[in-house]
Amino acid sequence: MGYALFNILVFPGLLFLSLFGMLAEFADRKIYARLQNRVGPPWYQPEADFIKLLAKEEIVPADADRAVFRFLPVVALTAVVCSSIYIPLWSRSALYSFEGDVIVVLYLLTLPTLTFFLAGWYSNSLFAALGAVRALTQLFAYEVPLFMGILAPAIVASSWSLSGVAQFYGAHPAYWIFNLPGFVVCLVALQGKLERLPFDIPDAETEIVGGTFTEYSGRLLAFFRMTIDVELVVGSALLAAVFFPFGLGLPPVAGFILFLGKVLFIVTLLAVFRTVMARMRIDQMVEFCWKYLSTAALFQVLISLAVKGVILG
Amino acid sequence: MAKVTIPFGPQHPALKEPERFDLTILGERIVRLNARLGYNHRGIEKACEQRSYISALYLIERICGICSHSHATAFVQCVEEIAGLEVPARARYIRTLIAELERMHSHLLWLGVAGHEIGFDTLLMYTWRDREVVMDLLAALTGNRVNYGINTIGGVRRDVSPEQCAEILRGIDTLEERTKYYMQLATEDAMLAERLVAVGSLCTEDAARLGAVGPVARASNLNQDVRRDDPYAAYGELDFKVITDTHCDVYGRVLVRVGELMESCRIICQVLSNLPEGPIAVKAPRKIPAGEALTRYEAPRGEDVHYVRGNGTERPERVKVRAPTLANVQAVSKMLENNYLADMPIVLAAIDPCFSCTDRAVVVREAGCVEQRMDWKALRLYGIEWYRKNRGIDCSKIKLRM
Repeated sequence: MGYALFNILVFPGLLFLSLFGMLAEFADRKIYARLQNRVGPPWYQPEADFIKLLAKEEIVPADADRAVFRFLPVVALTAVVCSSIYIPLWSRSALYSFEGDVIVVLYLLTLPTLTFFLAGWYSNSLFAALGAVRALTQLFAYEVPLFMGILAPAIVASSWSLSGVAQFYGAHPAYWIFNLPGFVVCLVALQGKLERLPFDIPDAETEIVGGTFTEYSGRLLAFFRMTIDVELVVGSALLAAVFFPFGLGLPPVAGFILFLGKVLFIVTLLAVFRTVMARMRIDQMVEFCWKYLSTAALFQVLISLAVKGVILG
Repeated sequence: MAKVTIPFGPQHPALKEPERFDLTILGERIVRLNARLGYNHRGIEKACEQRSYISALYLIERICGICSHSHATAFVQCVEEIAGLEVPARARYIRTLIAELERMHSHLLWLGVAGHEIGFDTLLMYTWRDREVVMDLLAALTGNRVNYGINTIGGVRRDVSPEQCAEILRGIDTLEERTKYYMQLATEDAMLAERLVAVGSLCTEDAARLGAVGPVARASNLNQDVRRDDPYAAYGELDFKVITDTHCDVYGRVLVRVGELMESCRIICQVLSNLPEGPIAVKAPRKIPAGEALTRYEAPRGEDVHYVRGNGTERPERVKVRAPTLANVQAVSKMLENNYLADMPIVLAAIDPCFSCTDRAVVVREAGCVEQRMDWKALRLYGIEWYRKNRGIDCSKIKLRM
């Protein structure tokens, strides 16, 4: 019991993930800045921002539902932290696993977006409501390709558990090559999930001010921002576990360093992705996801079925 | 989904100055736009009437933080016309030089703002980095990055040395290369085209009917440019093209402005190679004779109109400014018809609005209406009373240093 609590609260749970999330945010911001010919923030900037927000006054709009408004950031953070315990981070098995946990992880990673929607909706503000509707519209666009992309490697592995997938690819190391189209699809969908450029439509500041978070301030906003940081790490770790399943048998320290490297590599890709893009309009985003991204995801599923039928057959 | 009205301003991240646009939207579609100007009125025209011509010039220069040279030149041209002053050729060339450098700085700034409005901050960072080259040149020539203070009635205040000419040419080389890159970016980047093509359309007839000016008009294929149509300063002696475009949308406005950047580089090179020798100013009288004059000037944002009436004293009797944004802002609601909410920032930004230059106060007096005036004391008491009654805050204890 004590050990489980340590896992959930300290390592690799809440404390580790928040610190790693902030490190990832720093890496993201620094790369973004360097690519834009700027100096970029110092390494402690995310921590400083977080502490500053904690100290700020917390304003709840008079018309908002007070309890829901204050409760939502906690739900969002809890959901993303929970999802991490089913993801194999640096060994072949996650902390806890069961057949079907990949669905649970995807579900838990959808919860933050739903809380963003509710947060915007319960703020009872025009800009927040617009952002909320956009967040939900966007969710339906990227979620299907993301699910198909993540599940395709699981089809090959014949296991709907992330640890099972890791074990399969540990035994058949070369197979990850077949999943590369799915990796690209999931990278784009993850960018949408994290609401980053070019998919930062729900909080496009030049259009709808702060979007879903317009009315949030102080501690509550700090927790939402930390949720996004942790989601960045957990999302990248999920992609790393599914698409880069090599080196999982290494000794703990080397494996841990490899894990950090993999996640930071994916964060780098995401940062470059947002540097070279302009924001899409919501109609363009939905069209792009259904027309091209879903097609590419289906293509990946076909490849997986072919691999399973022909090679493993 | 019901229609909702969004207050786009007076405080909004996409607006750099306070101005209000009430947007009625249906889902993500814009139904109508209601622009309300007047949040930034500073009473500069009136203030000019209480100053001598030369002090008024420095106030006029501060109408706009970007096209300050445009307003100052338009104003001195009016005064020089009334006073019958013959401006030396070298002064006219230096004015043209600063004008074109200002156009480059304004267009580069605009390109960055346009990038920011569609969420392409990388473009913002790149163009603003390159804009520093122009800013440094302007600072080296005039001593200031903005509000150059180069004009005076009868000429200019500072000469350009041969070393400075060489420095400008070096800077222009860098800028020309960068501008070519932006041209390539604008014409080849699929993402930019996706966000800009067929957005904020304004057909040629509408542009003419609504009186659009400057790059907005030229992007709607209206071939008009005061520099060519009604030459001032040294433009009559220079060879340059008027850039037009047939896209009639935001994309066209980008292409026109980037094209004008290239043209400005050419004009600057011509000015520097043809710079005549001679004095840079003639002495102007303190008292300007009675008379009136109107000048048109092609500011970076479009045609800028100044009117000055003198009455033989050292102060102007009337100064009137029509900044280009006032001519273009009418077209925005036409451009936004049937566009998406997401296009609002870029469509508005595409006219390169400068609201503080534009704002004016109009008092409509109906017959039999009694004019109300409040002095400072009464206004303060009114404010204290209003806050006590409506907000429950007692401000009467606040001491003012007057």
